[in-house]
Amino acid sequence: MSDATLQPGEGRRPAPEPGYRSYLLVYAALACLTGLTVVSASLNLGRIAIAIVLAIAGTKAVLVLLYFMHLRYERRLLVKILMPIVVATLAIFIGLTYTDILFR
Amino acid sequence: MGDTVHEAESPFFAPQGGKSGILYWLTSTNHKRIGMLYLSLIGAFFATAVVLGVLMRIQMLSPGMRLMDARGYNTLFTLHGIIMVFLVVIPGVPTIFGNFALPMLIGANDMAFPRLNLFSWYLFLTGAVLAAVSVFTNGGAPDTGWTFYVPFSLKTSVNVPLATFAVFVLGMSSILTGINIVTTVHQLRAPGMRFFKMPLSVWGLYSTAWVQILATPIVGITMLLIVVERLFGIGVFDPTKGGDPLLYQHLFWIYSHPAVYIMILPAMGIISDLFPVFSRKNIFGYKMIAFSSLAIASVGSLVWGHHMYVSGQSDTADIVFSLLTFLVAVPSAIKVFNWIATMYKGSIRLEPPFLFALTFVFLFSIGGLSGLFLGALSANVQLHDTYFVVAHFHYIIFGGMGFGMFAALHYWYPKMTGRMYSKATAVLGWLVTFVGFNVFYFPFFVMGWEGMPRRYYAYLPKFAHLQFLSSIGAYVMVAGLALLVGNLLYCARRGEKAPANPWGGATLEWTLPSPAPYENWEEPPDVTRGPYDYSGMEDER
Amino acid sequence: MSGLEREGDSDSRAGTRRAEGADGDRGRIGMWLFICTEILLFGGLFLLYSVYRYKNQADFRAASLDLSRFDGALNTLVLITSSLTAALAVHELRAGRTARTRLFIGATLLLALTFLTVKGFEWAAKFEHGLYPSAPHLLTLPPGQILYFGLYFTMTGLHAIHVIVGMGVFGYVLRSISKGRVGPGRPILMENATLFWHLVDVIWIFLFPLFYLIS
Repeated sequence: MSDATLQPGEGRRPAPEPGYRSYLLVYAALACLTGLTVVSASLNLGRIAIAIVLAIAGTKAVLVLLYFMHLRYERRLLVKILMPIVVATLAIFIGLTYTDILFR
Repeated sequence: MGDTVHEAESPFFAPQGGKSGILYWLTSTNHKRIGMLYLSLIGAFFATAVVLGVLMRIQMLSPGMRLMDARGYNTLFTLHGIIMVFLVVIPGVPTIFGNFALPMLIGANDMAFPRLNLFSWYLFLTGAVLAAVSVFTNGGAPDTGWTFYVPFSLKTSVNVPLATFAVFVLGMSSILTGINIVTTVHQLRAPGMRFFKMPLSVWGLYSTAWVQILATPIVGITMLLIVVERLFGIGVFDPTKGGDPLLYQHLFWIYSHPAVYIMILPAMGIISDLFPVFSRKNIFGYKMIAFSSLAIASVGSLVWGHHMYVSGQSDTADIVFSLLTFLVAVPSAIKVFNWIATMYKGSIRLEPPFLFALTFVFLFSIGGLSGLFLGALSANVQLHDTYFVVAHFHYIIFGGMGFGMFAALHYWYPKMTGRMYSKATAVLGWLVTFVGFNVFYFPFFVMGWEGMPRRYYAYLPKFAHLQFLSSIGAYVMVAGLALLVGNLLYCARRGEKAPANPWGGATLEWTLPSPAPYENWEEPPDVTRGPYDYSGMEDER
Repeated sequence: MSGLEREGDSDSRAGTRRAEGADGDRGRIGMWLFICTEILLFGGLFLLYSVYRYKNQADFRAASLDLSRFDGALNTLVLITSSLTAALAVHELRAGRTARTRLFIGATLLLALTFLTVKGFEWAAKFEHGLYPSAPHLLTLPPGQILYFGLYFTMTGLHAIHVIVGMGVFGYVLRSISKGRVGPGRPILMENATLFWHLVDVIWIFLFPLFYLIS
């Protein structure tokens, strides 16, 4: 059975987190942005369409990351920098690949 | 019951709490036991791949030798590559020494996720089994080279899907190890062990772990795509469906180049621990070496296109990747200079671990410098896919990482077994291996320059002398390896008992008994001295 | 208590004992690192998508007309809602209201099932129209369209696998709650399961516009 000295919750400072209100507000925002992106797709925006669509998707993702996934309230620096690191890594992988694709 | 009190102090490989035997080895989450589990598997895989290599060298003894046909030779070098790359060199140092030594080096009692650690080992074993099964099923072992280039890997009738899926599983194991290492380094350092007080071997493992986390998923998806492409024909690499075979190479090398840094960085870290101990002097430029590990990990993730200069990639990409490739040589050079500078005015002891460390530097430097030739666009045209490349990576991987592994094994052996090996045999084995290695691989540089293509099962008469010489060197080298391994195996039970700190090291693992106990520390250790601070320590020579 | 008497499989409890206060941090850090690897796994596919869309813009647009924007938007809202219920489940667990926690997990599972059902219908429609990889009809279309559907099935398929895994993990969490292994004092498994679920949501947030909203 479990070790008597092992208290898994002991010493954990409860992390701050959003309340119901914040969650519902974020949810509403996500729903609105979904509507927005669908509408924007039916407008003929030409070349900037992809940029708009990615910007909206990016905003939704950031909302989920910050509020639903609690990054806004995260204490640990290590965790906070992970998403920027991942985005930078992907950007580099895709970007350097494009030095080939764009110039063949 | 009185025995139970001392069990934590008994050797980690002794029975604990009534548990013993194979079943206990297979279910324990103790980091030292898991390290030994990895050592057993990886040792076996290494031996297997060496045998495959020896067969290849028999085939190459003379231009007319036909030990096997071309297809057979293709299979040999594919298997040799898959086993060496995915089952030996990539996992090698992180799983054996990361597991065995890292917690001790930072004053912890285990890794952050002990059960995940054991699970990683089972994933590793599963990947190996799948790869073995692929050799005997559905058309047999792949003959594509370990690089599985399309379109051939999509068309060849051998068991590519199972082999690539095995690589996927091995990648998962590597990722979990990386996650374990990063979390361990961030969370489990003993009080007082600040980042810049960690041994440099920890910096090496830490930088590597980031590469494992960030790069391995790419090879994961790439291997999955091969399977999906073969099964469903989605078309992403198929020109008849609009796919671009070169994109496969991009995806493959986006991982596989950083993978070579997974191979070398932990070994370099260990070498950085060895130079101070055996010069009895603080490392020269600790922070520069620490940062250089991070620099190699990051810049090294930007250079993959140098494998594709002549594959049809754009000139712009060629130039960009060549420039970045030259840049990544700088942090490696910094390490080499700092290691040498550490020896200056040091009190040098040529113990076996240090012999390996010294030859590591020598062989790695040769290999690294040859990389500059390959990184230069103009020279690459002539050298690509020749024996020059084969020489380059064997000098770096075997001369570098391989000798680094032997250095680490000879260094931590007392901590693993509680005994000392025969130093005379170790030195002899080292010498024979070193000489054999150079006689084996140096001619490859020459032959490559003169046009000998790699992965060919036969060759023009003009290469006959050097090929023959090479093969002899290979056999000598293998004899040396046998000496080394035999020595270590024999003395594991019969060697002289070793003291806690036979080398006079200042890192934390040497404050523990030899062999290492089951539980490292009852209370977190006091971290007062730096990792290479020998002041006030008795010189145990 | 020296802590030296240990039983069972608590081999490395000593390793965890000292870092007890940070134990919650440890699991969360590990989970976030794992999430990074999942993002990069899909990242490789996004790289392929990006290149092939760049090279076949008209074909991608034409092919996307075969997808139902309604289904895609519906599924997006379904997943976003499931993200909300999952987040609320964690919230309730921390507040100690395990009954509500299980309710919200149940809602999340239901929504996930809805997502998969809609996806199933979508895929079935594609099969009916001969738009699946290597289908004879598909092979008559321009390469850009073949690639579009190849990527569509691969990426939504891999995503669906993650949805199923996420459901499985939540199912396991539900059982663990009833067995007392997960509770207000030990929320880490639930929190990590939810982090995974949000990741599944975020991936779809990008998949939806990239496949359904090419204008």
